Amino acid sequence: MDLNLRHISHRYDDVEVLRDINLDIRRGQIVCIIGPSGCGKSTLLRMIGGLERPTAGEVLQLGVPPADCLNPLTYIFQDFALLPWRTVEGNVSLVLEDHPMDAAARQEIIQDVLARTKLSDFRKAYPRQLSGGMKQRVAIARALAVRPAVLLMDEPLSALDSQTRELLMDDLVDLWEKENYTAAYVTHNLAEAVRLGHKIVVLSRRPGEIRDIVEIDMPLSARTTENTELEAIQKRLWQLMRDEARAADMELVDE
Amino acid sequence: MSDKTAEKNHEGKPVPFRGGGFLPRPKKIVAPVVFIALIAFWEFGSRSGFISPLVLPAPSEAFDAFLNLVNTGLLWQHLAASLQRLLIGWFSGTLLGIIVGTLIGLFSLARSGLSPLVSAIFPIPKIALLPLFIIWFGIGEGSKVATILFGTFFPTVIATYGGIDNVDRGLIRMGQSFGLTRMSIIRKIILPGALPAILSGARISAAIAIILLVAAEMIAAEYGIGAYILLAGSLMATDQLITGVALLSILGLIFAWIIGRAEKYFLKWR
Repeated sequence: MDLNLRHISHRYDDVEVLRDINLDIRRGQIVCIIGPSGCGKSTLLRMIGGLERPTAGEVLQLGVPPADCLNPLTYIFQDFALLPWRTVEGNVSLVLEDHPMDAAARQEIIQDVLARTKLSDFRKAYPRQLSGGMKQRVAIARALAVRPAVLLMDEPLSALDSQTRELLMDDLVDLWEKENYTAAYVTHNLAEAVRLGHKIVVLSRRPGEIRDIVEIDMPLSARTTENTELEAIQKRLWQLMRDEARAADMELVDE
Repeated sequence: MSDKTAEKNHEGKPVPFRGGGFLPRPKKIVAPVVFIALIAFWEFGSRSGFISPLVLPAPSEAFDAFLNLVNTGLLWQHLAASLQRLLIGWFSGTLLGIIVGTLIGLFSLARSGLSPLVSAIFPIPKIALLPLFIIWFGIGEGSKVATILFGTFFPTVIATYGGIDNVDRGLIRMGQSFGLTRMSIIRKIILPGALPAILSGARISAAIAIILLVAAEMIAAEYGIGAYILLAGSLMATDQLITGVALLSILGLIFAWIIGRAEKYFLKWR
């Protein structure tokens, strides 16, 4: 299943947030959306998943999601959004409980995703007992449990320290190598974008418009930390963003 | 490995410590000691005539009055009458409060319609309404239970919808993004999220319930701790009065303990 964003514009009262965004998210591709803070990239992601309605334009699903898919558009949030009163297992179970399946089938899915995210030993733990990286792994397991057609990731690594971020980034790459998931990945971190993105969309400051779209053909597994080609791309992205970021930083927030 | 330049310099004074403090910790032994010392002082004062028996009876006299109450079997009659009113009133007030609070927390119509009403009625001391309740529900159990119900209803409503308002919107959005049904979101995300606030509301409403219980029983009741205290007061039987007050304190402590246990059980995830 592909996604197609057509002429998306959005405004909150009299503040224009997004202006005429056109974008394709193709199957098996990770599309990174970067931009200065407040450029509306998280708002855009909420629109892609149907959590918010754009003032103008539309998000189209092209083709049908696979038959076994329980929740085609599935989010991974920056703040993990785990229920603190449920265990790791319970948090995964939560998103399956509204789907018709017997308890055994549900247990099987839970076991499977916890094994894939290396969380099997922590099934009975509560979120408060887990580190930030672990919590995000639980959120990833929960997302995998509904077999999404497209993963929508809203700065999934931004709440983590840099070492954990590195580890989790490797996990995301490994996972993509195995399952070729489709994803829209919002971040303000350029290193994450060049490590993970097949396509990098650069948004301008508010009102967010597409400044540039950079495609990287290098396979994810070949993208090591010291890679001149990637560094050059990252530098180029930074040049695109620098003035925008500076101008965005100087803006007064009126709300 | 240590810093060599640091090791060479032995002169200089240590940095003065300025942290610490501001962390009161409960010390188990202190409370009983204070309690026993106070009772002993009181007993001693009464026996030596330093505290006039007219003003305050000795603790031993109050204890005798208590034993008397037990022996005549009146204690159970008073307690049963009071507990019945308290439990029925508090339980139904809390239940209705949670239901209405949830409605206000979830629906715009209920919020706009009911929340100003709640704000207007909440500050009225419910004792002032007791005469009205007697006219409406009769002089018997009805008016007493209604007073307690009414008094516990409003704080519970406010605690419940306050708790619902404070549930992390991110969690609700998560529920929506995974396509959970509305009922699932309410049952599995909103209500558990509001539970801490509801339980602390229950703590407050339990205290209010005891106040209203005594007030209602003082107006018209044959049995009940409030009636017992009123009777003791009009007979100047201060020893019985102290016994009644001590019973109320114990009742309050038991309630608080039960709610504390409930918090431990339901909020063990915190």
